[in-house]
Amino acid sequence: MSPLLRNTRITTEYGHDLVLWRSRLAQFGALMVLVAFAAAPFAVGNYWTTVLIYAGIAAVGTLGLNLLTGFTGQASLGHAFFFGVGAYAAVVLSGRFALPFPLWLIGAAALGGVIGGLVGPFALRLRGNYLVIVSLGLVFVGQHVFEHWGTVTGGLTGTAVRAPVALGPVDASALALPWITLSRNQGYYYFVWLVVLVLALAARNIIRTRPGRALQAIRDRDLAAEVIGVSLVQYKVGAFVVSSAYAACAGAMYASYARYVSPLDFTLFLSIQYVAMMVVGGIGSVMGSILGALFLTALPRLIESASASLPFVAAQGGGGGITVFSLNQALFGILIIVFLLVEPRGMVEIYRRIKRYFQAWPFSY
Amino acid sequence: MSDFVRFLIAGISLGSVYSLVCLGFVVIYRATGVVNFAQGGLVVLGAFMTHQLAVVNGIPFAVAVPLAMLIMAGVGLLLERVVFRPMVGQPVFAMILLTLGVVFVLEQVCAFFWGYDVVLVGDPWGVATVDLLGTMVNVSDLWTIGATGAALAAFFALFRFTTLGIAMRAGAADPEAALAHGISPQAIHGLSWAIAGAVATVAGVFLAAGPKGVDLGLGLVAFRAFPAMILGGLDSAEGAVAGGLLIGLVEVLTAAYLVPAMPSLGANFHVVMPYVVMIGILVVRPHGLFGTIEVRRA
Repeated sequence: MSPLLRNTRITTEYGHDLVLWRSRLAQFGALMVLVAFAAAPFAVGNYWTTVLIYAGIAAVGTLGLNLLTGFTGQASLGHAFFFGVGAYAAVVLSGRFALPFPLWLIGAAALGGVIGGLVGPFALRLRGNYLVIVSLGLVFVGQHVFEHWGTVTGGLTGTAVRAPVALGPVDASALALPWITLSRNQGYYYFVWLVVLVLALAARNIIRTRPGRALQAIRDRDLAAEVIGVSLVQYKVGAFVVSSAYAACAGAMYASYARYVSPLDFTLFLSIQYVAMMVVGGIGSVMGSILGALFLTALPRLIESASASLPFVAAQGGGGGITVFSLNQALFGILIIVFLLVEPRGMVEIYRRIKRYFQAWPFSY
Repeated sequence: MSDFVRFLIAGISLGSVYSLVCLGFVVIYRATGVVNFAQGGLVVLGAFMTHQLAVVNGIPFAVAVPLAMLIMAGVGLLLERVVFRPMVGQPVFAMILLTLGVVFVLEQVCAFFWGYDVVLVGDPWGVATVDLLGTMVNVSDLWTIGATGAALAAFFALFRFTTLGIAMRAGAADPEAALAHGISPQAIHGLSWAIAGAVATVAGVFLAAGPKGVDLGLGLVAFRAFPAMILGGLDSAEGAVAGGLLIGLVEVLTAAYLVPAMPSLGANFHVVMPYVVMIGILVVRPHGLFGTIEVRRA
């Protein structure tokens, strides 16, 4: 077997578990994925580029949720709220204070982190069941504030957003390369997925170093973690802050791209979507967050385009027909259930199984 | 003054329904240690089931409700058997995510069969009012309070005086010791889900009773029972009742007095008031009014 294909799952020292790339092949694979991603907007057309942009935004939010739930073991439904905070932060920072591009994005993420840090301590006094209920309350209270704080949010009707992604001569909405000027969709695509790449690497680096090991120790047995010197408060609140900042960053990008936000964008269903993406992609996996976001953002669009030929989908509910929106909600629920029961480690585990099969081929183990 | 009495009765009526929803939570929490987010879905399904039997099939209301309770107990059993039993022993957050998945499926099952419009559950009270000590009171509110009281009494009797109830309490308190005495944990779990389904039906019927009707939004109303449960303590049936009544009163009185007095809070502030109360309670007394203080051992 060539050294390129060498099975590198056998680790002989602890350092092997910590490396970013397990093998040359992994590096090569990552490069191929990057190339594919770079080529994608030219290959799939305008509509699917939009879908991919929303998938990238969802990937950032799901990464945040996965850091909190997958790696720290704290289930939360509050991500719709922090997503909303990020979106309105972008509205205010860019629209009212006229901050230039990187500043409103960083500011929105920072605000999300700060609010997460304020809510975190007493939410995390509570474990498991309680945190979910508190974060559920947070979504409803947040929804109310978004609807009634009209001067900032525009109330129920929503508000237009002017948060351009432009730094000096580089403008994502009209990215000029020497030989071609990209459309707004293509420019945003590269911007969003660049952010995904940076934040995914950041998440990967968090979890393969000391803080990440502390978080996973808390997840596996918080009492034991505390006994060996992991500060529960520090790391749990820290995870909450980082997770909220990720969600707020996703929200800011959403506002900037959509150019219009209303409180209806930040309902409980958004949180459920993130939960579904995490479960389907892979709880406790960076790659899984991205896979889940891609799959579950594309799935409703596929159903939409196929809805004309599905017999049980109707414009009106009742009498044996449901709308596309309902079908999507039901599918998210079903996917959560099926994956938790059948493949609790998500799509990533399916991929790993396939990879292992070929690594060991022609032997079965 | 008569206004105040009217609000008081409306609040107690709403609170009794919250208590009923909470009882469903408490039964399952005590048996399995998991907060069942699917309870809201069961409430909606139960109300629609009653609508189906009483309005569509024309069965008398007094027969339709017990029948719907029976069917929903079956649905509870089925859920436990198919979805939750394979997950016993998994981490708590996985179980919570699972119940969340179930609530979204249940809601859309309702949409599939009954659509998105408000439908009536076929109760005989409608908008009728009755003169009670000089105050006009909705008949449906009085029935709600009465029936909730009866349901709660039956609940307590079951757990205090019957062998079955004692077996369920034993199974919740110490599964291994209960097993050694021949109490099957599977049976306990299944029974808990069946009771939760039946209780959810009663809650759903009374949430939809009178002029209100049932639509998919009813599930959100059931979510407001969470603050009630936190207030009372997750594992306490007495707490569920007290918490439910308190939250119901708080919600109605907020709508009646606080919102007109402070319009800057926003028109629908009473809808989020339960959550505000809940967050306050969690800061001061995380185990609620009647709950057991959680002790963690290695």
